[in-house]
Amino acid sequence: MALDKNGIAKRIAQELKDGWYVNLGIGIPTLVANYIPEGIEVEFQSENGILGMGPFPFEGKEDPDLINAGKQTITARKGAVYFDSATSFAMIRGQHVQLTVLGAMEVSQDGDIANWKIPGKMVKGMGGAMDLVASADNIIVAMMHANKAGESKILKKCTLPLTGVGCVKKIVSDLAVLEVKDGKFHLIERAPGVSVEEIVSLTEGDLVVPDFVPEMDI
Amino acid sequence: MNKVVNNVEEALTGIQDGMTLMLGGFGLCGIPENSIAQLVKMGVKDLTCISNNAGVDDFGLGLLLQQRQIKKMISSYVGENAEFERQMLSGELEVDLIPQGSLAERCRAGGAGIPAFFTPAGFGTEVAEGKEVRIFNGKPHILETALTADFAIVKAWKGDTEGNLVFKGTARNFNPMMAMAGKITIAEVEELVPAGELDPNFIHTPGIFIQRIFKGEKFEKRIEQRTVRQRN
Repeated sequence: MALDKNGIAKRIAQELKDGWYVNLGIGIPTLVANYIPEGIEVEFQSENGILGMGPFPFEGKEDPDLINAGKQTITARKGAVYFDSATSFAMIRGQHVQLTVLGAMEVSQDGDIANWKIPGKMVKGMGGAMDLVASADNIIVAMMHANKAGESKILKKCTLPLTGVGCVKKIVSDLAVLEVKDGKFHLIERAPGVSVEEIVSLTEGDLVVPDFVPEMDI
Repeated sequence: MNKVVNNVEEALTGIQDGMTLMLGGFGLCGIPENSIAQLVKMGVKDLTCISNNAGVDDFGLGLLLQQRQIKKMISSYVGENAEFERQMLSGELEVDLIPQGSLAERCRAGGAGIPAFFTPAGFGTEVAEGKEVRIFNGKPHILETALTADFAIVKAWKGDTEGNLVFKGTARNFNPMMAMAGKITIAEVEELVPAGELDPNFIHTPGIFIQRIFKGEKFEKRIEQRTVRQRN
């Protein structure tokens, strides 16, 4: 069965390594914080200016001066720090953040990503996404494999305006874990109960399929 | 040097039609809300506003958009404002969308006497169109130029009579860089204290960047996405 949003987040959380600073984008990526593996310590950076982001506050404890990049009220963990936007993006551009997780509307087999604009329809702006994808060495995209009409979002070439070029290394979708290298997608794992055929049929880009494709362990 | 002015009216004196303004804040967090209300009252128009976001429909810079006082916005994310999206898609409003980190750095550069810099952000996208590209360390970068403003308006938690500022939580965001980049910078603060009350070790923005400071009359501090967790 295809994963739901929490399933995708749970699988991405398995990629976390002890001691990493991690930036989580808006949407599914935010849920990754709920599934940090036992025995691992990571610090979450939110690009509006906090390192050491904690869980949402209890009702009545919301602080309007303490939000994340999704404008949600949050808390700060012990040892947290606040900083200005230039310092925040120095952390990001300067590659001091070890992992960036973000959503996408489309990803291409060259690692291009589009997630900020649908011309004439939806213009929200790129926020920090362009800085993040241009700088991070380690980017995982959390996304649905296909849109509601069943059209693949994992493509030979992106059709929407790009956020960054050649930057995506790994995708965790509702159907599969894919690696992006050498101009192709590589099928690494499939969601429990999802067939290789289904993944192949919903992947428009070139997909390398090994003889054996294990199920995700989640 | 005493930078204190009596009220928001005095603080915003000199802002005229057609000027470029920087306004601090991220979402509705750390926005100079008293000054925005005053800009609505003044009715100044054809403004170019440099601000990460454009508020929501009925708060923050959304109030200026409603009154059609803004000619051009320079921002990174406008997703929460339906009126903004409408004015932009219909062509009524000129919009320059730029990556958030580039926006922050362009303001910092403007205040720091750096006319331009190279960044990897936006290479290969429409943001890079018409911009010089150079390879550093094997990686392409685009040239981004500094931003300055006729007036920068920032919001701080505490300030002293010298204009030294302390911010609270994530309300700091763009305020320190914009404070540096205004020809005239106005600070509205929640608490205004005599010089000497703030520990010099813990001041975020030195008063040299501030020309006028005043205590805001009231702060609504609206929350955009109230998100809570359940008590067990």
